[in-house]
Amino acid sequence: MPNVVIVGGGPAGIRAASILVEAGLKPVLVNETRQVGGQGYRAPAKSLAVDINALMGSEAGKYQRLHSLFASLQERIDYRSGTLVWGVHEKVLHTLCDGTAGTIPYDALILATGATDRIMPLPGWTLPGVFTLGGAQVILKDQGCLIGNRIVFLGSSPLLFLAALQYHKSGASIAAVVDTTPLSAKRAAMRDLAASPRTLARGIVYRASLHMAGVPIIDGATPRGIDGEGHVEGVRITDGRGRERLIPCDAVAYGYGLKPETQLAELAGARFRFDPIFRLWLPETDADGRAGADLYLAGDGAAIGGADAAEASGALAAHALLTDMGRAQPEAELARLRREVERLRQFQRGLARAFAWPVAQSATLSDETVACRCEAVTVGEIRSAVHAPLGPREVNRVKAITRCGMGRCQGRFCGPALQEIVAGACVVPIAEVGRLRMQAPVKPIPLHAAAEMEP
Amino acid sequence: MTTRMRVAVVGGGLIGTWTAHFLARRGLDVILIEKGMVGAQSSGVNFGNLRLQGRHPGQYPLSLRSQALWEDIEALIGDRCEFERTGHLYVAMNDAEREKLEQHARVAESHGLVIERIGCDELRRRWPWLGEGPQAATYSARDATSNPRLVSVAVARAAQRRGAEIVEHTRVTEVCRNGTGFTLETDTGRAVDCDAVVNSAGAWALNIAEAFGETAPMFAAGPPQFVTEPIPYRVTPSVQAVDGSVIFRQILRGNVIFAGYPRTAADPVLNRAPVPPIKTLNGMRNLMKIAPFLKSAQVIRVWSGIEGYLPDMLPVIGESGTTPGLYHAFGFCGHGFQVGPGVAAVLVDLIVDGRTDTPIDLFSINRFKNSVQVSDKLAREFDLPAAAGGRAG
Repeated sequence: MPNVVIVGGGPAGIRAASILVEAGLKPVLVNETRQVGGQGYRAPAKSLAVDINALMGSEAGKYQRLHSLFASLQERIDYRSGTLVWGVHEKVLHTLCDGTAGTIPYDALILATGATDRIMPLPGWTLPGVFTLGGAQVILKDQGCLIGNRIVFLGSSPLLFLAALQYHKSGASIAAVVDTTPLSAKRAAMRDLAASPRTLARGIVYRASLHMAGVPIIDGATPRGIDGEGHVEGVRITDGRGRERLIPCDAVAYGYGLKPETQLAELAGARFRFDPIFRLWLPETDADGRAGADLYLAGDGAAIGGADAAEASGALAAHALLTDMGRAQPEAELARLRREVERLRQFQRGLARAFAWPVAQSATLSDETVACRCEAVTVGEIRSAVHAPLGPREVNRVKAITRCGMGRCQGRFCGPALQEIVAGACVVPIAEVGRLRMQAPVKPIPLHAAAEMEP
Repeated sequence: MTTRMRVAVVGGGLIGTWTAHFLARRGLDVILIEKGMVGAQSSGVNFGNLRLQGRHPGQYPLSLRSQALWEDIEALIGDRCEFERTGHLYVAMNDAEREKLEQHARVAESHGLVIERIGCDELRRRWPWLGEGPQAATYSARDATSNPRLVSVAVARAAQRRGAEIVEHTRVTEVCRNGTGFTLETDTGRAVDCDAVVNSAGAWALNIAEAFGETAPMFAAGPPQFVTEPIPYRVTPSVQAVDGSVIFRQILRGNVIFAGYPRTAADPVLNRAPVPPIKTLNGMRNLMKIAPFLKSAQVIRVWSGIEGYLPDMLPVIGESGTTPGLYHAFGFCGHGFQVGPGVAAVLVDLIVDGRTDTPIDLFSINRFKNSVQVSDKLAREFDLPAAAGGRAG
C-alpha cells in the first residue's frame, strides 16, 4: 500500500483523510497542534469552560460534523498529533515532535497547511497588546483568554467582524471595529460575493449584530498608528470623512485577511505564480490540487477559500491522488466538488476586494515604522537599502542587505509588506520584486532536537 | 555600444570588487561586469571567517598580506562591514588531532603568526562553556570575522566612488583577442575593448579560461550554514574543530552561526544550493557536542551558496598560461573570503607592475596540464557524489 501522508488537521486534511480511508488506504495525518480542526474549527482545550457552540454560532453544526468525522477516522489513520513538519527533501518529511526530530517518508503528499494572518506594518504595531486577528481568535478559542478588556478590531478582513463578535459574546468591551476599506469598494465587490450568498449573508449578520450591540463601526478609515508607552493605549485613525480620531483601548486585533502557508509546498517542489488580486505569490495547481509529481495541495494553504472550500478541495486532492494511482473516481462527484471550490474561491476573490490589502498604506508608512518585527528592521532601512548605489531591487537581496525576513518567522509575516515596500521604493510592479525563497526549517527547531538521532 | 577600458573585470564577487577598487585607486579605467548582483554568490553567503590558522603552508604570505588589508578595511572603503578581531580557537578532541594542531601551529609561526597553545584546564578556564570533547586548542588572536553579506557591495560602492564602472545584470557572452587586447561582448549588447581581463567569475569562470585554450577540473558545491536565534553574547572567538565537523561563531547581536563538512551539492545552472535537512541535523548535533550550553537555542535559518572547488583544494590565481593580459582568480574551494583583498592586490601588481612580491606560483592554472594530486581534504569535506557534481554553465 502506498504511503500517503497528509500534513494539516483542518477541514481540508480531515476530508482528504476520509476519502482515502473510504478507498481502503491508511494515510498518515500529521497535525502541528494537539487539537484538530485547523484554526477555524479548532477545539478548545478540554479543561476550559469555553462554550464552543456559542462561539461558532451559525457554523456550530459544521464544527461538530468535522470533529465527528475525525473521531470516526482516528482508528483508521496513522494520526501524528503535535508534530511540526519543518522540512521536505527527496520525499521525506522532517518532523519535530516533543522536542525530538524525526522523519516520515512518503510516496504521495497532500499538503493542507492552512493560512496565517496577513499584516501591514503600522507605527506601534509591535507594542505589547497588539495581536493579529487570527491570533486573537486562537487565544480565545484555544485558551479561553481575552487579549484585553477594551479592544479595537483594526484592518480589513472578514475575520474583523467575526472575531469582534466572538469577543463581544465572550464579554469583552469592543471600543470600535475599524475597517480600512470604504463601503463603496465593498459594493463594487458584490458580483463576486454573490457567488456565496450564504457566506455573504453571514458576514452581514456579524456586522449587524455588532451594530445592534452598540459597537462603533468605522468604514474607510486610514490607520495612523497605535499609541502607548510600553503597552497599547489607543489607536489613531483618520476616518472616512477625513477627521483625526484617537480611540482609547488596551488591546488591538489587527490584520488584513489571510495568506496561504506555502513554505512546505515550496520545499516539496511546487511552482509559484503571482496572483494580482491577492497580490501574493501562490502555488500553481490544477483544478484538483495537483502541484507536481505526487504532490497535492488543498485548503487555504493552496488558495484562500475558507472552511467550506477547504473541505471540498481536500476531497478533490484525495480523489486526484487516487486517480493518479489508477483508481477510477466518481466523475459526477469530482465535477460537483470542482464547481463548489471554484464558486467559493471566486467568493474569496470578492472578499479580497471588499476587504482590501492596503497597498497605499505601504507608501505612506513613516521611515521609523518597524517592518520586520523579528529583526527590528524599519521601513526606512529597506528604502535606504534600495536607494543606495548598487541597491537591490529584488526581495531576497533586500533581505540579505537589511535582515528583513531573516528572523524567527522567516518572512512569513513581513514578506507581503516587504514586497510592497520594495516595489514602492523601486517604482516597479510588485510582481517584479519577487518573493522570499524558503529553506528548511520553516519554523525554529531547537538544537537538542537532533540529539537522539543517529547520523 | 563599445566602451574602451584599460581593464575589464568579469565577476562581481569579493575578488572582482576589490580588484576594481584597487585598480581604480591606481588610476586605471576599469569596468566590472556582473551577471547578477554584486556579492550575491559565494562571496555573500560564506561563513565570514578571516581565519589564519590552519591554512595551506604555501598560502601564508598571501593570507597575511590580505589580513593587513582587512584590518585596514574602514580606511580603504569607508565601511567596517562588521569586521571584528574575534580570534580563532582551533580545537582538538584527542591526541592525534592535538598533533595536527601542533603541525599547523609550527607552519603559522614560521610565517610570523602568534599562536597560543592551550591545554585542557586552561581551555575550560578561559572558555567555560566548552563541552567535554575538546582536549586542547591553539588560539590566534589576529584571526577575525566580517559580514560577507555586506562586504562585496561596500567594496563595489567604494570602487564606484573611485571611478570604476560597476555593471550588474549583464552577462559576458564572449571574450576574444583583439590585437594585444580583448573585446568582451555582453547579453545587453554592450561591448568593451580593453588591454587586460580579470576572470573572477567564481563557479562560472571556466567559460572564459576555456575560450583561451586552458581549463581546470573545477566543480560547484555549497557550504551549508545555519544560524540560531539571538541569545546572550558569550562566544567571543570563532571556534573550529580541527576535524572540520563544526565551525561556529557568535555575532555581537547574539545569533550563533555554524557550519560543518561535508559540503553540499550545488547547481550553478539553476543557481540553487538547497541544504538537505539531514545536514542541518548533523550540524546541530556537532555544535551541541562542543558547546552544550546551546542545546536549547533554536535554529531559525539555513543557507548555502555556490562555490568553485578544485581537487587539490587550492585556487587558481595568476596570469593565463596561454594568453598574456588575461588574469584568473577563481576556484577558492571555500576559503576565498580571507584571501580576497590580498588576491586582488596581487592581480593589481601583475596588471600594473607586471610582477608581484607575493609568491603565487603554487596557484598557477598551468598545474592542471599534468595530473594534480587530490587533496585528502577533498574526501573529508565532501560527500563523494557532491564532489562529482555540477559543472558551471
